[in-house]
Amino acid sequence: MAVLEILKIPDERLKQVSEPVEQFDDELRAFIDELEQTRRDGPAAVGIAAPQVGRLLRVVIVDVSNTRKPVPNHGYMILVNPEITHWDGFEMGREGCLSVPDYTGNVIRATHIRIRAQDPWGKPLEYEMEGYEARAVQHELDHLDGLLFIDRVVSRRTDLFQRKVYQKGGKSRK
Amino acid sequence: MSDWKMLTLVGADRPGIVGRVTNALYRAGWNLGETSMIRLGGNFTIMMMVTGEGAVEPVLQPVADALGLHMHVDDIAGSLHQHVVPNIQVRVVGADRAGIVAQVTAVLAEHGFNILELESDVAGSSERPVYIMHIQGYADLPLETLEAALDNLGDIDVHVSPIETLIG
Repeated sequence: MAVLEILKIPDERLKQVSEPVEQFDDELRAFIDELEQTRRDGPAAVGIAAPQVGRLLRVVIVDVSNTRKPVPNHGYMILVNPEITHWDGFEMGREGCLSVPDYTGNVIRATHIRIRAQDPWGKPLEYEMEGYEARAVQHELDHLDGLLFIDRVVSRRTDLFQRKVYQKGGKSRK
Repeated sequence: MSDWKMLTLVGADRPGIVGRVTNALYRAGWNLGETSMIRLGGNFTIMMMVTGEGAVEPVLQPVADALGLHMHVDDIAGSLHQHVVPNIQVRVVGADRAGIVAQVTAVLAEHGFNILELESDVAGSSERPVYIMHIQGYADLPLETLEAALDNLGDIDVHVSPIETLIG
């Protein structure tokens, strides 16, 4: 097993659309092991996508079970040929990327998603997820379509103002 | 010694300011680093890190004069790739009155909170202005401590939240 080289922008391969996995064989599973080893090798990444190491296959790994403050999660997930089948809500959050060193930015993502995928043996999977984990999956799935978070960064001026009930301010005398 | 200069340009907003300023710099062999450019109250404000040979003033003075911009140049210490990733966000909203920024930032400073970015705006109308401020920064303390400290500011609404930067 080896730690693979992470492609960095402006590598053209990061803009390619990845191919669906058709062969669920030992070679695929060995590659996934190396992909996971690569994810764990660098800065604390919660996910990695196959094209980030130059392999244009629809495979991602996501694991948000290790955040500073615990968030709802499904643990370590290998998603082969993943697809989002439903999404709901949106929220802004800060993202960075192993392929984009020394830059972070705000990105709007769906807050709830349902996904369909396959495991490394081709068995169908379904997940429903929210918040940070949903964000991580959307970030990784973008890689499979040749998109990076920097393609989606929004200005902080575009901030979505958090709706909340005014308890202290804005008392109107009506 | 850093070879970066901080260039500040401010003047009445109009189309073409950024294009003309940066083209003059480019043609004279200057490079840009991190920049912040934004329209504030009908003015366009530019702060940018520039690096190049010699003095930058002669390069830009004709453009600044033509566009009615005030120019200011400082030699600065510093360089690229010095980013600090914020871990706490503070949002403030309240009916506009004097002292909102002063009160909030005094509390932040007391707690060793380093403001990395602050932007504020006045929304609403002339009759009923509303002050809105977003701060992103870094502090090595529990969120709750900051929350409690910001909880006594009366008529303004302060919301503190963590920023968990996702790396993927």
